Amino acid sequence: MPVQTAAPRIEVKASAPPPTAGGKAKVAVRGLDFFYGRVQALHGISLEIPERIVMAFIGPSGCGKSTFLRTLNRMNDVIPGTRVGGQVLIDDHDIYAPGTDVVELRRRVGMVFQKSNPFPKSIFDNVAYGLRINKVTSSSSELAGRVEEALKDAALWNEVKDRLKTSALSLSGGQQQRLCIARALAIRPEVLLMDEPASALDPIATSKIEELIFDLKKQYTIVIVTHNMQQAARVSDTTAFFLLGKLIEVNATEKMFTAPNEKLTEDYITGRFG
Amino acid sequence: MDTHRHLDDELSSLRDRVLLLGGEAEQALDRAMYSLSERDSEVARQVLDHDDQIDHLEVEIDRQCIDIIALRQPAARDLRFVISVAKMAPVLERIADHACNIARAAIDLNNEPELKSLLDVSRMSEHALKMLRAALDSFTSSDAITAREIIKSDSEINDLYNHTFHRLIELMVTEPATATRDARLLFVAKHLERIGDYVTDICELTVYMAEAAFIKHSIKL
Repeated sequence: MPVQTAAPRIEVKASAPPPTAGGKAKVAVRGLDFFYGRVQALHGISLEIPERIVMAFIGPSGCGKSTFLRTLNRMNDVIPGTRVGGQVLIDDHDIYAPGTDVVELRRRVGMVFQKSNPFPKSIFDNVAYGLRINKVTSSSSELAGRVEEALKDAALWNEVKDRLKTSALSLSGGQQQRLCIARALAIRPEVLLMDEPASALDPIATSKIEELIFDLKKQYTIVIVTHNMQQAARVSDTTAFFLLGKLIEVNATEKMFTAPNEKLTEDYITGRFG
Repeated sequence: MDTHRHLDDELSSLRDRVLLLGGEAEQALDRAMYSLSERDSEVARQVLDHDDQIDHLEVEIDRQCIDIIALRQPAARDLRFVISVAKMAPVLERIADHACNIARAAIDLNNEPELKSLLDVSRMSEHALKMLRAALDSFTSSDAITAREIIKSDSEINDLYNHTFHRLIELMVTEPATATRDARLLFVAKHLERIGDYVTDICELTVYMAEAAFIKHSIKL
């Protein structure tokens, strides 16, 4: 993937102190605005994502949650005509600062998409791909060890260990998605972004992904976009509700789903919106 | 948004049912006390006969709550409402059970010579009924302020009970011939005191439903 130049910046607006969910902030966003051409998709978003928790983004279609997710590893840079303002700090470093190595950023902030997208290669080569292009290992035994570790972390090893050389495309939808998670984990990211990772999966495969998310938060900071409110309630520690490009509320998940602070949040999660 | 209209309909039906149960419990208590004060054992028997229907209604509400949670996965205020109803239904059913116990005591007392006075037991029942009606109203209107006031007023029933208790013990000592009847009346007073506690539980659930605040066992209101 070619290295993208930093998107043009706009003036940083003064914003309210970001809501803190507790713990050390792995990601801190301050007054983030985002534009698709003239259309402003995000308005002054400020929030902090503590280390090693799962934060869920919820909201109706078009509310900006996926756009916001993609600002966290600059995936929006590949879209022509986009502009960003404000700050996204990861470990106190502004990822939109000039000179930021975007490839290195995306190594640290991995991503899993809605639709599983394995490469038309073997299971082993899919997981090894990132390790090879990043020249992470020089020995084949170390490479094999890292692949095994990633597949174990993604709870897929036992299902594929005897067929690592077969095509990844032969796997089921749920297995393919876990393979993509393994591929993301292989390069040992610090933050994992998941954009509706289980929306195309059946309940059993969804359950495996959710259990996996629960296990992964011991090591990783995870941000998940989901349309499934029950999924947000099941997997996340903290939930953020977006509406019309604005962050309406960030709260502990149990509070969000039993007694949210904002009426807009309550209306959304009780299905009485609009 | 058909799904949400269905949920609204189901929540509305659940509200109707729990208020019906509340009305049944209130009527059972009212009639049980009437049977005692008017020495009308037939009314007491009607209270006992009707209790099965109240039990049945409680089970229906239970089932309806489970169905809504399983099938609709309510959240926030809807979830708090369903949880409150699920916890309130057995409380109302127990109030009706206490009314049945009062009706049984009334049948026994009505078969014996009339006591000179029911002492403060009538005042206790009036207060318990007033509390119960107000609690059901505050639940209907999600009125946490009134619910908190009702909780405070439970102390009046407790005071009346303590007074009645001491007075009846005195009577048992000074007039041993009426001791058995006094003891039965003491049980009636105890049932009314417990009903006051159950009304407090209902009000705590109303506060939870309206404000998501847990005030159970807390001293500060």
